[in-house]
Amino acid sequence: MSKYTEDDLREELKTQEYEYGFYTYLDAETFPKGLNEDVIRAISAKKEEPEWMTEWRLDAFRKWEAMEEPEWANVTYEKPNFQEISYYSAPKKADPNKSLDDVDPELLEMYRKLGISVDEQKKLQNVAVDIVVDSVSVATTFKKTLNEKGIIFCPISEAIKEHPELVKKYMGSVVPKTDNFYAALNSAVFTDGSFCYIPKGVTCPMELSTYFRINEGGTGQFERTLVVADEGSFVSYLEGCTAPSRDENQLHAAVVELVAMDDAEIKYSTVQNWFPGDKNGKGGVFNFVTKRAVCETNAKVSWTQVETGSAVTWKYPSCILKGDNSTGEFYSIAVTNNYQQADTGTKMIHLGKNTKSTIISKGISAGHSHNSYRGLVKVNSKAENARNFSQCDSLLMGDLCGAHTFPYIEVKNKSAQIEHEATTSKIGEDQLFYCNQRGIDTEKAIALIVNGFSKDVLNKLPMEFAVEAQKLLEISLEGSVG
Amino acid sequence: MLKIENLHAKVEDNDILKGLNIEVKAGEVHAIMGPNGAGKSTLASVVAGNENYEVTEGTISLEGEDLEDLSPDERAHKGVFLSFQYPVEIPGVSVTNFIKTAINAKRKANGLQDMPAGEMLKMIREKSALLEIKKDFLSRSLNEGFSGGEKKRNEIFQMAMLEPKLAILDETDSGLDIDALRIVANGVNKLKSKDNAVIVITHYQRLLDYIVPDFVHVLADGKIIKSGGKELALELEEKGYDWLVK
Ligand SMILES: Nc1ncnc2c1ncn2[C@@H]1O[C@H](COP(=O)(O)OP(=O)(O)OP(=O)(O)O)[C@@H](O)[C@H]1O
Ligand SMILES: [Mg+2]
Repeated sequence: MSKYTEDDLREELKTQEYEYGFYTYLDAETFPKGLNEDVIRAISAKKEEPEWMTEWRLDAFRKWEAMEEPEWANVTYEKPNFQEISYYSAPKKADPNKSLDDVDPELLEMYRKLGISVDEQKKLQNVAVDIVVDSVSVATTFKKTLNEKGIIFCPISEAIKEHPELVKKYMGSVVPKTDNFYAALNSAVFTDGSFCYIPKGVTCPMELSTYFRINEGGTGQFERTLVVADEGSFVSYLEGCTAPSRDENQLHAAVVELVAMDDAEIKYSTVQNWFPGDKNGKGGVFNFVTKRAVCETNAKVSWTQVETGSAVTWKYPSCILKGDNSTGEFYSIAVTNNYQQADTGTKMIHLGKNTKSTIISKGISAGHSHNSYRGLVKVNSKAENARNFSQCDSLLMGDLCGAHTFPYIEVKNKSAQIEHEATTSKIGEDQLFYCNQRGIDTEKAIALIVNGFSKDVLNKLPMEFAVEAQKLLEISLEGSVG
Repeated sequence: MLKIENLHAKVEDNDILKGLNIEVKAGEVHAIMGPNGAGKSTLASVVAGNENYEVTEGTISLEGEDLEDLSPDERAHKGVFLSFQYPVEIPGVSVTNFIKTAINAKRKANGLQDMPAGEMLKMIREKSALLEIKKDFLSRSLNEGFSGGEKKRNEIFQMAMLEPKLAILDETDSGLDIDALRIVANGVNKLKSKDNAVIVITHYQRLLDYIVPDFVHVLADGKIIKSGGKELALELEEKGYDWLVK
């Protein structure tokens, strides 16, 4: 009898190719490899930055040189050689000031392959997209509609020139330059990313979206995103990432800072699908990201992430619940397959009174991968009536992978209520047989079970993203969807 | 419809089925009874193609086609349906989503397009009304936290949706209250036609009061040791199995 088992599935997963592994031949300008003060000055000059920005970068660089790469995460990898990376790469024909019609047809073709045709997005979806290829923002759509509401949504390099007062005030205010090794590196060499400002009382009428893609080989991507939601405003922000398949490991060290002022709300959703490496663990993106939000009084920040890519992920989107009655949420699905390693989670820092946080983490491990949840819930002495609910579920496929949970709880106020639940389960043969008996083949059954397992988080994503995320889950675990 | 000849099957080196023969024709209802551990559920699993069981001898054919090389899902596509004695939970997957996936998988295998949403909704409404299933029940996670009776009712709901050629109901009556038993049995009767067949596995006559069998078989120690008409069930109810097993 032909028997399709989890073992067969595992074999099939190994031969599963990365769907976004194409390379687009753009005429690109790339800096020589290496990092020193001159390189940083050159980046700053390329970006036509004001003096203060150059100095800010240099200061970060000097501090970074004195720092050590962290080793506490539950991941093992060969540390990148920072002198072997090119810190700037731009497709030559990109020019943020041109209209879409002027955009390099090859770039547009690349967007199409990514499934994010700008034209189509513009017309069909209520999403404004900023696309960052390697180090430069290529096109920002919907600018006019946003302008009318006073919303600023532009490449960060443009914001540095056009809105220096806002950038100066908020950049580094949530994630200080020296926060950690990779944040410091990013502060020194960041090349692009998005900036977004929502004025007082304004509800952003559409989802704002940034699409990141590493295209050139031997380059790193260091983008920086800053979202400022002024009092009583609301914004939903989406971020998607892909990279071509390469044998070498590519470094992605991003910083995302969110500022939610009194009564403001920010929803930040990420679908991360950087190249995970091949089935033997060769190549893939090192994804070392610092994401943090500050919530003022009554403010709310939700981080939602679907992480299916990268060889190594090290990422803890966090909320500093500074204002009274503020709320932080973290919803995460992390899938690891083959030799991927993910160490991800969140930090919820309760400083204000009546602050609330919710953490829902779903880890799915297959192949030889390792998937760790690492989360900190901290309640300060002045944070009366803080509440946290955490739920960390792991789903294992096969016997070769690992799931780990590292919850840290530090409570300095007796009125706090902290709840933590954790489960680990395996996809059962009886579940698969039940589905098979109803005519659902094993691949589809696994997709169904994984989707069910992830539902609480998928539900938090905006519609367009939820569909994409569901598809990604299938791709990274199955091989049927092409 | 279904023809089983000299079936031997084992699980983890235990011989469970030891030369079992049965033939079920289209339009018939067969009841299989027998002591605990006799191999009734094993037979159902083997017919459905569960790969934990190894067929060591004999054949199973459906409408003349040997099932040996078909996977469980392929057998389902050919119209085999098993109402499980112990239905499993699939957290986060709603009853509706599950049945939708199942129906479209079967249609795809048979070269059809996905069922249009409107048609699907209409069918769900019809079949859930037939089994007196409430709407909010359909959006719950499959079998998660379902009561014993709800699980069984949901199995028959799926059967109604999938319209199988051969349905094997493994102790569908256990866990059902008196009213539910009547509703579920009625449902099964409505689905019966001259083109399909039903095998009911049960310990009790009460189900057979509603779903009246054409044949009753006694399965003991991996074989059919006695077959008869519907009156055999009454006799078993009265005398038990001892007189047969010896
Ligand atoms: N995976 C297994 N490993 C070992 N023995 C098994 C396994 N599955 C079933 N058996 C054994 O096979 C025999 C038949 O089991 P089966 O479930 O078919 O009985 P049944 O007739 O359905 O009983 P019941 O009336 O209690 O439902 C039992 O002795 C059971 O313990
Ligand atoms: Mg049984």
